[in-house]
Amino acid sequence: MLLPETLQALSANFAGLESSEFRGGTRVVVPRDSLLAAMRFLRDQRGFDLLVDVTCVDYLNYRDATDRFGLVYLLTNTTTNERVTIRVFVNEPDLTVPSVVPLWEGANWMEREVYDMFGIRFAGHPDLRRILMPEEFTAYPLRKDYPLQGRGERHNFPVLLRSES
Amino acid sequence: MLTQPGEPGAATDEQDYLWTLNFGPQHPATHTTLRLVIRLDGERVVDAVPDIGYLHSGFEKIGEHLDYNQYVTVTDRMNYISPMANNVAWHGAVEKLMGIELTPRCKYLRVIVAELARISDHLLCNGAVGLDVGAFTFFLYAFNQREALYDIFETVCGARFTNSYTRVGGLMYDATPLFVEKVRAFARAFPKTLDDMERLLNRNRIFIDRTKGVGLLSKAEALSRSATGPIARASGVTRDLRKDEPYLAYGDFDFQVCCATAGDCLTRYLVRMAEMRESLKIVEQAIENLPSGPVNVGIDQRTALPRKTQVYSTIEGLISHFELVMSNRGFEVPNEECYAAIESPNGELGFYIAGDGSDVAYRARCRPPSYIHFALFPYLIKGHTLSDIVAVLGSLNIIAAELDR
Repeated sequence: MLLPETLQALSANFAGLESSEFRGGTRVVVPRDSLLAAMRFLRDQRGFDLLVDVTCVDYLNYRDATDRFGLVYLLTNTTTNERVTIRVFVNEPDLTVPSVVPLWEGANWMEREVYDMFGIRFAGHPDLRRILMPEEFTAYPLRKDYPLQGRGERHNFPVLLRSES
Repeated sequence: MLTQPGEPGAATDEQDYLWTLNFGPQHPATHTTLRLVIRLDGERVVDAVPDIGYLHSGFEKIGEHLDYNQYVTVTDRMNYISPMANNVAWHGAVEKLMGIELTPRCKYLRVIVAELARISDHLLCNGAVGLDVGAFTFFLYAFNQREALYDIFETVCGARFTNSYTRVGGLMYDATPLFVEKVRAFARAFPKTLDDMERLLNRNRIFIDRTKGVGLLSKAEALSRSATGPIARASGVTRDLRKDEPYLAYGDFDFQVCCATAGDCLTRYLVRMAEMRESLKIVEQAIENLPSGPVNVGIDQRTALPRKTQVYSTIEGLISHFELVMSNRGFEVPNEECYAAIESPNGELGFYIAGDGSDVAYRARCRPPSYIHFALFPYLIKGHTLSDIVAVLGSLNIIAAELDR
């Protein structure tokens, strides 16, 4: 649920927003350059104090898709119980978006997971390292061009022998 | 990762006395597989760096290759302490994507199993907190009641641990009178155990000394760090999706949202104890007012398998059955994306599903509360002693299978 005045205030302050509705939820597509400003506006002016999740969808084989990656930011206002989904689309080769860690501390691990799984870089993130996959891992496993089955990357891992350790 | 002495970025000379301690990945007090690299100044924790991913098994990738009914078996293995809640969350999101309205009986049954799962989860979490700080009897009291809950789950779906009870548009089986009887018996017997448990620990000097004022989380920090569930409610965030965004049939029941303001380990324990009583109230109301009627949606919805009598005696039932079981047919899902969440025992458990028209999700993102809560850990433990690590870890209720997925 999103109050109409929140959407009006958002579109009055930022140009180039597209919003759509599905099953009672509102999605707003924000250009990458105004992401941080729009998120700051939502947090400070509209009371969206809880960042529920940051995730990403790879639209490689998706029907009618024009962009490769779509980032998803789920925000909640814990006072009015409003929810809004902010979408940002990025394409290769420039897979960089501004980090929202300065706004919500909780974005730290969520953005690290998106980086780990999709290879999206978050500019300004304090500690952008792989989190679930090993540090030696070279691929981004949740991309659609990464297969479900196969030999995987295990044969690339360095082998530690007992005599060397 | 922490740097070694001598490397660039390593600790300066005056910090050379710090010890680096490796906690996990296999350690009795982590309960599951997670690792912490801790820097110690004597017994004080200066810094803790979590290193996770030991149980990463690509659940979200598997979600892009299993259909909406098959994937429920994978959700069982996320938070395996309360698999029923994960089942309800997953199919709640799928049904929101497909726009299915459940039958009243199904909603009530899902509420009952989700609340029993909450009791089961809180029993384990609080029992483990007790165990870790030395209260072994308390842990046994909790686990004895979990056995009764497993028995109820076995009655209703045949499985004790990995339930996979929900289906798109309904449930695997309808509840039997035996299930109703067992839930009633549990609701009668459980408050007595809760009283015993509270008498054991609530005024126990050792327990209070070990947990009070440990792992303090303020309300502002809880919100900024995306905490939800009992952890946020123990810090004064009055958010409970069951009240704030009533899903299923939660609007019908009379219950309280348990909140506190202290935000330490003791408060999180107390909030969980209080929530079990409220969950029991919901279960009692739901089981006494259980609506009759079908448990699955009708055959016109084309999502739940029709009953065998319908398949064999009506042409609509037969068509519907074949439409669902043929591998080239299945569900019709819109080319859309949506997010739906439930108040799971641990906090907000949501699924962000992108549908692409087929009966397999294009993207099945899980918002795991354990993952987000474990990010709190380095913040909470800073400045406390080594022995407080287990108290804080226990009170966050980190389930490593859900943490890594």
